[in-house]
Amino acid sequence: MSEYVLMQGDEACALGAIKAGCRFFAGYPITPATEIAETMAKELPKVGGTFIQMEDEIASAAAIVGASLAGEKAMTATSGPGFSLMQEVIGYASMVEAPTVFVNVQRGGPSTGMPTKLAQGDIMQARWGTHGDHPVIAIYPSTVEEVYRYIVTAFNYAEHYRTPVVFLMDEVLGHMRESLYLPPDSELKSVPRAGESVLEDDDIFQPFIGDDQMLAAPLIKMGKSRFHVSGLVHDESGFPVGAAVDANRLLRRLDHKIRLHADEINICDEYMTDDAEILIVAYGSVARSALRAVKIAREDKINVGLFRPITIWPFPATRLRQLLKKTSAVIVVEMNLGQIVYEVSRLNRRSTKLELLSKVNGEMVTPQEILDTIAKVKSEVLDL
Amino acid sequence: MSTSRLLTYLRQDRMPHVWCPGCGNGVIMKAFVDAIDRLLLDPERIAVVSGIGCSSRVTGYLNFNTMHTLHGRAIAFATGVKLARPEFKVVVMGGDGDVLAIGGNHFIHACRRNMDLTVVIFNNNIYGMTGGQYSPTTPEDTYASTAPYGNIEDQFDTVKLAINSGATYVARSTVYHYVQTVQYIQNGLKHKGMSVIEIMTNCHTYFGRYNGMPEPVQMLSYFKEKSVPLKKAEKMPPEELDGKIVIGEFVDIEKETYNEKYEQLKLKLAFKEKE
Ligand SMILES: Cc1ncc(C[n+]2csc(CCOP(=O)(O)OP(=O)(O)O)c2C)c(N)n1
Ligand code: SF4
Ligand SMILES: [Mg+2]
Repeated sequence: MSEYVLMQGDEACALGAIKAGCRFFAGYPITPATEIAETMAKELPKVGGTFIQMEDEIASAAAIVGASLAGEKAMTATSGPGFSLMQEVIGYASMVEAPTVFVNVQRGGPSTGMPTKLAQGDIMQARWGTHGDHPVIAIYPSTVEEVYRYIVTAFNYAEHYRTPVVFLMDEVLGHMRESLYLPPDSELKSVPRAGESVLEDDDIFQPFIGDDQMLAAPLIKMGKSRFHVSGLVHDESGFPVGAAVDANRLLRRLDHKIRLHADEINICDEYMTDDAEILIVAYGSVARSALRAVKIAREDKINVGLFRPITIWPFPATRLRQLLKKTSAVIVVEMNLGQIVYEVSRLNRRSTKLELLSKVNGEMVTPQEILDTIAKVKSEVLDL
Repeated sequence: MSTSRLLTYLRQDRMPHVWCPGCGNGVIMKAFVDAIDRLLLDPERIAVVSGIGCSSRVTGYLNFNTMHTLHGRAIAFATGVKLARPEFKVVVMGGDGDVLAIGGNHFIHACRRNMDLTVVIFNNNIYGMTGGQYSPTTPEDTYASTAPYGNIEDQFDTVKLAINSGATYVARSTVYHYVQTVQYIQNGLKHKGMSVIEIMTNCHTYFGRYNGMPEPVQMLSYFKEKSVPLKKAEKMPPEELDGKIVIGEFVDIEKETYNEKYEQLKLKLAFKEKE
């Protein structure tokens, strides 16, 4: 059964998560993510799941990792200040390879910042927020319908790659209500969690063996396996080891399991990039303004296109590299002082003109501001 | 109890352990598996969660489902474990620093919720793993590496903290009192709701060395001499109890747990959906 419904972004996030099989949510109230917790509090017990409001975000993050290791698909949701508090646990989830989803509905920062305003300041924190080298996947949709669909993807990636997935949203996306096509179950496949181990009685399941793809064996449910997990550097059995060689092996496998699969993981969207001389790079709710600007510019016969990374991490480098080869200029539009622009500049080997349109006053970049930047870049590069 | 049977609850292939010779942590580990054995609990349905510290390394040696998590956060991880798998006996083990300093907030809230967990606190009055800094249970006027002139802070009374926060089973013992330790852990495991068992243990390497008791046996004698059974303590004037360790079972009450209430809610809603 499929239908069109009117839904808020936060609500879509919660309901999509339940669709994906999420049966445990722990959280702490914070604008603009609170509605996710409220929806979970209402809906989870109806499907046999559990909601708990913990005493803080550290506890919330820890509780979802505990629930995940115990055998349930689990998620938490927060915004900037809470996301900062969760960082140590996110590192732990990477280290013990616990499938988990951390939603960050971004707001203006740093610190308490602008709780009810739009910002995209946590892009780099999503990548590097916890200490030490670690893998991460981050997904950032642009519409309420995408929130619903990609939260399912987030859970699937978490299971498949056995890793925490950061699901980025922003104040506009979280609070906006729009009509969405509720996809039928057949369109939303979810990766199931393995059951309890079927190993011999006194075998201890070894949950940290990488295959030739560097992927860890699927996490099995706590129970017969009697496994041990530790945030210490460990060997394939999960127990701590001291030897330098094992640390090297573990850290590289963790990194490779995402890095080597970046092309499989990457999701991006494009609009009129085929003949684009100027490429706009935008993501999240801001990409909506960018799309509008591209449409208007096209009416004026300016060859502009939009590249929209949906998986922010790993960054869809392969595709952007191809596009950069064809374009004369690229404009990165972001509601921060410039974060993704560094990724783009890193890929920009041929020194294509790179312009940053950045805004940090909490108000959405308008299509007009993007059009003005397009005009400026055009006059500098194309109209010579 | 036969020692060889108790060994089956341990991961002997992970020995030798990391603890100093004579450290009280081994006594608590043995008392714990002894209690499990006496209760005939199914090892496959036990999860033990620890934080970070010397004491928290215990999970590496226990042959159950074990999680060695983050400093201070074991109770929060365990809350997730218990809510996801209510059929499990979920135990938290950790040090005084882990549970009462960095993890103090999680501790009081788990007590308040009457979460169905058993928390075993290895209280050595010091941060052992990091080399002897004072903890929230370090007595006033004793020495630690970060209290070189004597500790000027008041200490937490774990038992009072637990009771006032809402724990429904609270006991204290010492590693000198092995029999009681096993008994209280058993009672804690049997208890429905938040049970807290504080066990005073010796870190002779740091607490002892800084305070004139560098040998394990000196610290055991100290526990023996300073301990007063609860029954006796109740009849003593407060001044006489100064510096004493009161041991016994302080609270054992029956009260609906968070877990039971949530399960009822689920049932109620499922019923409604069907209507
Ligand atoms: C977030 C964080 N802060 C500090 C530490 C360092 N640290 C490790 S163990 C420990 C204290 C351990 O003391 P306690 O919990 O009493 O355990 P014990 O070693 O005495 O058994 C500290 C401060 C850490 N691992 N993580
Ligand atoms: S440092 Fe203290 S607590 Fe740690 S193992 Fe040694 S004696 Fe035990
Ligand atoms: Mg200690």
